[in-house]
Amino acid sequence: MGHAPQATTPVGSRTVSATATATAPLPPFTPEHDAFRAEVREFVLTELRPRAAEWEAAGWFDHEAFEKLAARGWLGIKFPVEYGGLGGDYVMDAAFVEELANCGSGGTAAGLGAHVSIAMPPIWKFGTEPQKQRWLVPGIRGEKIGALGITEPGAGSDVASIRTNAQRVDGGYLVNGAKTFITNGVRADFVVTAVKTGEQGGHQGLSFLVIEKGMEGYSVAKKLEKLGWRASDTAELAFEDVFVPAENLLGEEDRGFYLIMANFQWERLLMAHGAIGSMRLMLGQAVELVGERTGFRQAARHAVAEIALKLAASESLTYHALRIFGAGGDAIREVTMAKLVSQRNAYEVAESILQLLPGGAGEWDERRLAEIDRAARDTRLGPIGGGTDEIMREILGKQLGL
Amino acid sequence: MSTTASKVIKPDFGSRQKHFIFNEDHDRLRESIGRFVEKELAPHAEKWEETTFDDWVFTRMGELGFLGLSMPEEYGGQGGDYYSNLVLAEEMPKGNSGGLTMGVAVHTDMAMPPIHLLATEDQKQRYLKPAIAGEKILCLGITEPDAGSDVAGIKTRAVRDGDEFVINGSKTYITNGHRAHTIVLVVKTDPDAGYDGFSLFLVDMDSPGVIREKKLEKLGMHASDTALLAFQDVRVPAENLLGQEGKGFYHIMWELQGERLIGAAGCVAGAQRVFDKTLQYAFDREAFGRSIGHFQVIRHKFADMATKLEAARQLTYSTAWRFQNGEYPVREISMAKLFASRVGMEVIDECLQIHGGAGYMKEYGIERAWRDMRLNRIGAGTDEIMLEVIGKSYGL
Repeated sequence: MGHAPQATTPVGSRTVSATATATAPLPPFTPEHDAFRAEVREFVLTELRPRAAEWEAAGWFDHEAFEKLAARGWLGIKFPVEYGGLGGDYVMDAAFVEELANCGSGGTAAGLGAHVSIAMPPIWKFGTEPQKQRWLVPGIRGEKIGALGITEPGAGSDVASIRTNAQRVDGGYLVNGAKTFITNGVRADFVVTAVKTGEQGGHQGLSFLVIEKGMEGYSVAKKLEKLGWRASDTAELAFEDVFVPAENLLGEEDRGFYLIMANFQWERLLMAHGAIGSMRLMLGQAVELVGERTGFRQAARHAVAEIALKLAASESLTYHALRIFGAGGDAIREVTMAKLVSQRNAYEVAESILQLLPGGAGEWDERRLAEIDRAARDTRLGPIGGGTDEIMREILGKQLGL
Repeated sequence: MSTTASKVIKPDFGSRQKHFIFNEDHDRLRESIGRFVEKELAPHAEKWEETTFDDWVFTRMGELGFLGLSMPEEYGGQGGDYYSNLVLAEEMPKGNSGGLTMGVAVHTDMAMPPIHLLATEDQKQRYLKPAIAGEKILCLGITEPDAGSDVAGIKTRAVRDGDEFVINGSKTYITNGHRAHTIVLVVKTDPDAGYDGFSLFLVDMDSPGVIREKKLEKLGMHASDTALLAFQDVRVPAENLLGQEGKGFYHIMWELQGERLIGAAGCVAGAQRVFDKTLQYAFDREAFGRSIGHFQVIRHKFADMATKLEAARQLTYSTAWRFQNGEYPVREISMAKLFASRVGMEVIDECLQIHGGAGYMKEYGIERAWRDMRLNRIGAGTDEIMLEVIGKSYGL
């Protein structure tokens, strides 16, 4: 009898129809976001995606990407209009990040994201008016690029063991230590840096200093090579008796741990949205790939269905977290879950497409193959960056009282 | 400065921890169903494993208005939205009996919706009204000994004879098959018409020729009755045709969508219940000098389970939201059904593992939950059928 017909059923004179797929955007997104998404997608597909392979090989994406985004106001979607932002909100930013993933380069998305969503938010939230003028305003214009410096060679998941030390001196601080795995670290004009100010460090003794390019004693020790995210620059930074003036202290002294915690939620949520964007891109590739297949079609069809399911599950959970977070609620549990699920899923999706390749790759051009190869490497960072899967499980376990 | 500054989008929030599909009416309903299930049903769970649950469950639930939550008031329903059925599906697992949950769901969310959607006024008076009141128990007859996932392989035949149809054939794995007063029966009316050759009938189970052959024994769901039914020259008046002649396949494909979504909600709630119980156990049970829950590997198991459950719940809610808004997304419904039943089984299996030997013993109730949950990856469309539906929705 061939393919079974759709679940459309006649009821008297009318028809109760079953659409094959969902159409309305899932809250908190609205149909207006769809138009915005289309605009971003169009830009990303024409301006960024064609450059992805070149940037990957160079280990560096062009500064031009920042400028082009800035020209559209997209470096400042959620920041207030008075600082040059669009005065949008988290939801619009999340839509942007999902669409940015269409560039097919995890490194490019990460570098842009590190500036917009990781380095600038603490300045916006904790900075004084002069600090916002110095870093947020030019940051939104793409004239100054930021990075966030937390991780150290001896302190990864455990931020409480940060050693980089800021000793109080006349008029400011003298900073000594090192940071590593810093996205945008090589190109950054300013690094929002976690330093130990109190005796204890950790919860009671961490502060944030904005350390700027050109400060004496501050140097990029190394540009790191990586499994994936190759288009982004990742640096090891060294601080040797760097004098940082007191006006570069961000927020309250010794209260930096709370700044880290506040920012983590948004960073993790955005990672989840980024993974959703990549999974959508990869699902499209998988459908294309399997459509061209001749052998093992049913198994391949089921593999695509599994990919679609991973996307849908990540999406529902992440959007739930976004609804709560965006409305100002306590979303730690939901954000943590969303991060855990989406990063793992994105990697599994990439891996599954890699496995699907042999049957359908014959007709595929090099560019498309390179994208799949890149996606597998890029998505592998997800379960590590922004807090490892294990850290996510610790947070969730402790929330359950365990 | 920008081309889009004037087009900044404000989202539609209004969200708290509670999902946006539920309002305070749902909260109250949840409380009242939950209280009823815990007080009046749960105490019988052990006994019902041996005897199957009592028919009074239907009359009592009918009395309380729980059988027609989203049905129109003119037929005795509560006139609620689709989400109220979701609430019922989520509260029934408090009865600690998968068989009970399933028996009631077959009545409220499998057999009843097609009657509501397709029945004539006269049929509604005769079948919908007493079903909502709990006076008539419903079952649904799709599966046959030789036609399971392949619905189009159904052979039970209805042949017109004047003002009547004569039905011959058999149905199996029919939940409520022994207790039911009425079956919504899928039969073939035109063997040459392919998908257009099926029809639905409302058949009184006391009609001559309806033979309730045997009570089937099962891995789980012991509290439900599951029948093998035979139909031998059963004469059914033509006015008992439900919906359009020849459109039965489409009618039943439609019915399956609603059933699958309710099933998904039930899986999540059922597994959540076992999770909660297991969490308590992990606090209480000590080994090597501390509560087992405080071992890192056990803590991480709970974290993973909580995450899976929340993902399955959110996928179900998102899909329910589409459903209530008039979308009918077959792909998403299949995903919710597939994911929730998988997660349900994975979670309960992990809970059994955390319980150790105790989980394997009858006394703790985990082994029963494990057995009961297993059906969900098979019933209402197997995992593999769901994957086919999803895969094909991409044109593959």
